Amino acid sequence: MYLTKEEERMLNGEFGEGMRMAMELLVAIGDAYDAERMVPISRAHAASSGQEGDMYFVELLANGGASCRVPTSTNPVYDIEFFERVFEIPKEEAEVARRVKVGYKRIGAILSWCCIPYIAENIPNYGETVAFSESSATPYVNSVIGARTNREAAQSALAAGVIGKTPEYGLHFKENRRGTFLVKVEATLEDEFDYTLLGYYVGKQIGYGIPVFTGISKRPITEELINLCAMLNTSGAISMFHIHGFTVEAPTVKEAFQGDIPKDKITVTDHELKRVQEELQTTSGKIDLVMLGCPHYTLKQVGEVARLLEGKKIHRDVSFWVCTSATTKLLAERMGYVSVIERAGGHVVADTCIDEPCWHAYRDKVGITDSPKCAYYRRFKEATVARLQDCVEAAIKGERR
Amino acid sequence: MKGSEITLRCHKIVGGYGEGEALVSHEPICFYLTDPKTGIVRERGHELEGKNLANKVLVFPSGKASSVVQIDGLFKLASNNVAPTALIVKDVETVLIVSAVIAKVPLVDRLEQDPFETIHTGDFVKVDAEKGIVTITKRVSGYTSA
Repeated sequence: MYLTKEEERMLNGEFGEGMRMAMELLVAIGDAYDAERMVPISRAHAASSGQEGDMYFVELLANGGASCRVPTSTNPVYDIEFFERVFEIPKEEAEVARRVKVGYKRIGAILSWCCIPYIAENIPNYGETVAFSESSATPYVNSVIGARTNREAAQSALAAGVIGKTPEYGLHFKENRRGTFLVKVEATLEDEFDYTLLGYYVGKQIGYGIPVFTGISKRPITEELINLCAMLNTSGAISMFHIHGFTVEAPTVKEAFQGDIPKDKITVTDHELKRVQEELQTTSGKIDLVMLGCPHYTLKQVGEVARLLEGKKIHRDVSFWVCTSATTKLLAERMGYVSVIERAGGHVVADTCIDEPCWHAYRDKVGITDSPKCAYYRRFKEATVARLQDCVEAAIKGERR
Repeated sequence: MKGSEITLRCHKIVGGYGEGEALVSHEPICFYLTDPKTGIVRERGHELEGKNLANKVLVFPSGKASSVVQIDGLFKLASNNVAPTALIVKDVETVLIVSAVIAKVPLVDRLEQDPFETIHTGDFVKVDAEKGIVTITKRVSGYTSA
């Protein structure tokens, strides 16, 4: 890969050990993918987590004097102070999370602690070159917004944020953004849970590549798109897709494929979605907890939970959690949603991911969630998946029918 | 008798030098599913289940699993000095590269011959990522030929 004089100097350590390390990582990635050069990015999102590998790298960069050259947001870890009051968190684990948070602050990141920063804290525009890690974020900014990012790991996105550049390969080029697989949707898509099922099914069926969805007649809303992105990239490794008529690079099917429609195709009907839903319902009977907000709930979704819980009481044996961003929580408090949920016996928690050690207390418990991604992390003994309305009903009754 | 030696060119991704006995896996590897203290593969049903990655030259098709667990997995092995000494892969992706950079394990791909045909578990392999060279000394079968 060709490096400018300045990039060479970064790689030689003339800008400090932190930038040297970041540059070493980006050059390794560039070499692996045969990138010819580095290109400037406008922003990055690092899928931080409260784990040791993450702590090591952010501290290495921060101790080496690096700081973010472009806006770089962070993924949720957990609200340490809050969870230490509620549960017993092993000291060493809380210490890792604390150091991760301090590390990202020292390096000058946007402390969003949110997995959907692209709707509020760090929003790319159409055509921007960026480095966004995190399962829903990568496909969302590529497909819905039309910004350009490759599939990044937390550390490669952070390194790109520190250098302000990324190796040019893959989805940075228009010709690599063409559809590779046709998905004919004949199923009825009525709410965001239907998009969850669609994403989960299609990701599992095709694994990787760029699906082009046709047959969707109603414009999908933000929450539906978030779920589609998260699930396509959980059950599969899908960094981009097109929806004919609705996503920015797919005004026509021909444009989505940049030419002829390939032979590979699948059809999704109500039957497939029903089957997926049944497959994800792993248990019935008594439940111990309800986990919502994977990916983080938007203001609209927190409001919907409040509407469903208005004047109701959550069963006394059930813990009820809604994970969201600090930004959304602030607005949800202002709008009275949080107090409705709390009066019913639930919690709204900011900065927190379901895949963190703060949930230890539920290791042997049975949970219900509206997110197959949440279930996939296996933080609970059992996690069954159902529509939001059914999760709330189960919370009130203490059991899943 | 010394085993026959083969020298192959390869493509450097993460630099450095590592050598050791080869351990070949035809299945993708998730470093999180190994014992971080010993390097023993714990993944149920994996062809390397029960085998030890520590100080081996690991030959495998690709990484797998989410970025967080993969990176943390190899990092923990390296912290406990039980990581592989070098990685030879067929299909490389960003998460595996990040894992190798952070754990400081040399990583190469594009050997000029198919590594799964040329390298077998037990061969002695030197990986000079800087020079882009892999040297394989075939395991001599049994002591009788020694």
